[in-house]
Amino acid sequence: MMNSYGFRKFKNRLFFAICAICVVIAVVPLASIIFEVAKRGVPQLSWTFITATNGNSGIGPAIQGTLILIGLTSIIGIPIGVLSGIYLSEFGNNKYAQNLRTINNIIAQFPSIIVGITIYGLIVLTMGSFSAIAGSIALAFILIPIVTRTTEESLKLVPNNIREASLALGAHNWRTTLSVVLPAAKNGLLTGVLLAVARITGETAPLIITILGNRYFFQGLDKPLAALPLEIWKDALQPYAETQAQGWGAALILILMVLIINITVRLASRSRMKA
Amino acid sequence: MTSTQEQNISKPKPDQLQQEIDPTAKMRAINVDVWFGKKQVLKSVNLTVKPNTVTAIIGPSGCGKSTFLRCFNRMHELAPNAKMAGQILLDGKDIYERQIDPVQIRRRVGMVFQKPNPFPTMSIYDNVAAGLKLTGTKKSKLLDEIVRHSLEQATLWDEVKDDLKKSGTSISGGQQQRLCIARAIALQPEVILMDEPCSALDPIATAKIEKLVIELKQEYAVVIVTHNMQQASRISDYTAFMYLGELIEFGETRQIFEKPKNKLTEKYITGEFG
Amino acid sequence: MKSPNKQQIQKTIKFKITGDNLFKTLTTIIAASALIILFITGYTLVKGSIPVVQNFGLSFFFGQQWNPVEGGEVFGILPYILGTLATSGIALLIGVPLSLGIAIFLVEMAPRSLRVPISYLVELLAAVPSVIYGLWGLSVFRYWILNYIEIPISTYLGWIPIFSGTPRGLDIFTAGVILAIMIIPTVASISKEVLTAVPNSIREGAYSIGATKWEVIKRWVLSYGRSGIFGAIILGLGRAVGETMAVTMLIGNATGTSAMPKSLFQSGQTLASSIANGFMEATSGSLKLSTYLGIGLTLLIMSLLINVGAHLVMTRVFKVKGGAVE
Repeated sequence: MMNSYGFRKFKNRLFFAICAICVVIAVVPLASIIFEVAKRGVPQLSWTFITATNGNSGIGPAIQGTLILIGLTSIIGIPIGVLSGIYLSEFGNNKYAQNLRTINNIIAQFPSIIVGITIYGLIVLTMGSFSAIAGSIALAFILIPIVTRTTEESLKLVPNNIREASLALGAHNWRTTLSVVLPAAKNGLLTGVLLAVARITGETAPLIITILGNRYFFQGLDKPLAALPLEIWKDALQPYAETQAQGWGAALILILMVLIINITVRLASRSRMKA
Repeated sequence: MTSTQEQNISKPKPDQLQQEIDPTAKMRAINVDVWFGKKQVLKSVNLTVKPNTVTAIIGPSGCGKSTFLRCFNRMHELAPNAKMAGQILLDGKDIYERQIDPVQIRRRVGMVFQKPNPFPTMSIYDNVAAGLKLTGTKKSKLLDEIVRHSLEQATLWDEVKDDLKKSGTSISGGQQQRLCIARAIALQPEVILMDEPCSALDPIATAKIEKLVIELKQEYAVVIVTHNMQQASRISDYTAFMYLGELIEFGETRQIFEKPKNKLTEKYITGEFG
Repeated sequence: MKSPNKQQIQKTIKFKITGDNLFKTLTTIIAASALIILFITGYTLVKGSIPVVQNFGLSFFFGQQWNPVEGGEVFGILPYILGTLATSGIALLIGVPLSLGIAIFLVEMAPRSLRVPISYLVELLAAVPSVIYGLWGLSVFRYWILNYIEIPISTYLGWIPIFSGTPRGLDIFTAGVILAIMIIPTVASISKEVLTAVPNSIREGAYSIGATKWEVIKRWVLSYGRSGIFGAIILGLGRAVGETMAVTMLIGNATGTSAMPKSLFQSGQTLASSIANGFMEATSGSLKLSTYLGIGLTLLIMSLLINVGAHLVMTRVFKVKGGAVE
């Protein structure tokens, strides 16, 4: 018989092996990326490298630019995202909210380059200049839907009886939300926000056409700005080994920022779950 | 629980030790222990299943009766961190021996679950034929015959013979459960395990299943877990009473219900707890 | 004594209602930000692409010529549309089986102690910025593909049209493979959720009739979760279509007719990469700028279709499954 017991057992083992190989195949690129970035990036690291301008063989402006973008984007995007999430979680039992939720999920999947050209058309053209602020708004467009969703999800995890307990004490709805529900969801909220920030830290495509890049340190919100992802991109396409090496150094710093946020957040949330 | 009752449990149980080694036994559980992680849920349980009988396992919920039942076809292994010690003999051979594959045991020892679980992505026909198709039975005539025979045995044929192509979940709960019984029968097993098969059904559907169980013992040994004592007394030949992971008393159903030897059994039978 | 009390109570109630309403109104308005972003994006792109569509009509979408010289401008984006489809297609062909293998391994096979670390590693794959994939691709991965896949294939199978040309490692194939890696986290994690949601009673039923683990997965679990997995694949497609940096750095950046994907081992261009490459050369008010906004609009429409499709599939999956479990 074709499907003898031995053959079935063999197939079982074979597919187990294939699935395990799939995992290995997926992990190889990750390992190689981290290895290469470390190998080629670490020799670049020096005080000059992280503080000097490009002319003085450093990437100081790019690091500063990325920190500024993170700050500005967070200031613009996090309050909007969190408040939207609060609405969807606490008052979201209607058609309007249902539609917003769908739209939010869809814009969260927008290719980031589209956000870039939208902001170009909307802000860069109007202001007549590439600028830090245009870049931050573009990144905020990416940040907002992510924060909205994670806020909603973490608020929904707060058990209803906590809300009821607060309301029973005579607290208003809004007080309950702000001083009882939000603190109860604090950890999930923080995790979501940090992961969203990590995500926008590495975004490159929208920055190319909104902040342009800059050889110098921050010159104003309405002026072009440098950023790490841009630095990497530009350096990688240069034919000079020195510049390329600089790109790997920038990649090391960027990947450290992104991975450190990711790893600490996840480790923290896992140990919390265990506790 | 008062302390006297607890003493009762910890004492060696004479009737359990006296289960004589019966050469005609279809299955035997010998000193079965089961742990989930570090928690021991079965403590040295012994049981004999005779051919062409219905054996009922009763006891309050959480007493380990479902876990015990799942040891008989090695289904408990699917639970993460489950550990088992002891022996389960099928025709005198330990089914836990290393070279024996659970996949083969489960074809000889069929199972019906608490909630009817026909395969939702398969038709009624395929639900019954699924097990045979696994081993490569492709001859459609043979399949047709077995499907029909199994459905007839499960007293479902007349109700579904015109709808064999419909989804297995399109029929009523009681019909679904009989479909699951037909699914087990189709493999021509030697033993059928039933884990509270009526707990999700209404009284009429329950009555049909009970009648079916009694018919099934013509060909199979049936082991049925139930929390319903009336059901056990109606359909079973032997009854085992379990409490807190131990087998308290095992014997002929009439004896268990009329003259229980153990105080705990008596209390449970008379409804003092459970 | 009674009436002032009542008044007080009414006052407080009124105040409560006002405070709560204020808060609710505020969040309601801010929650519209999603709608506003959608609107702004659509409006900017539609408005910006009007000139190019007026100039070229449908030949903008179906033309192959690309001539940016002022005065004689011709812009047809068909090669970029096809390039997008080709790279995404390769990404799905390679990425989906890998992702499914990972999801199956995680849900059905891996020992408990391995599950968390592995899914964690797969998620980290999503955390690596696209530009770093590009950098790594340019100086490492490109040569893996070139030396171990492209050169052997082209040596022995070069006579087949889709393998023709001299491989350089900077082409449609390499871009497609890097996309395959990049969609793994998306497809694997959603498939993992879908498989986890398959009721255990189905697995138990299948095991109880003597199915092996693989049979349980193939005949029951995958079949039950097929529409959810389909949704996961669509979302992976969405990610592949819009991915910009890594593709831009690896696809070789052809323009016009030479970007028409004829062979896997030729340089090409996707909608997204054409924007990243050429946008900065367009001056404000030029037809070229409008062209890039038009490309953006095309990409937006593709992304909307894909994601709305995925949304419909996924909501149906959850509804149907919710009912089936009952």
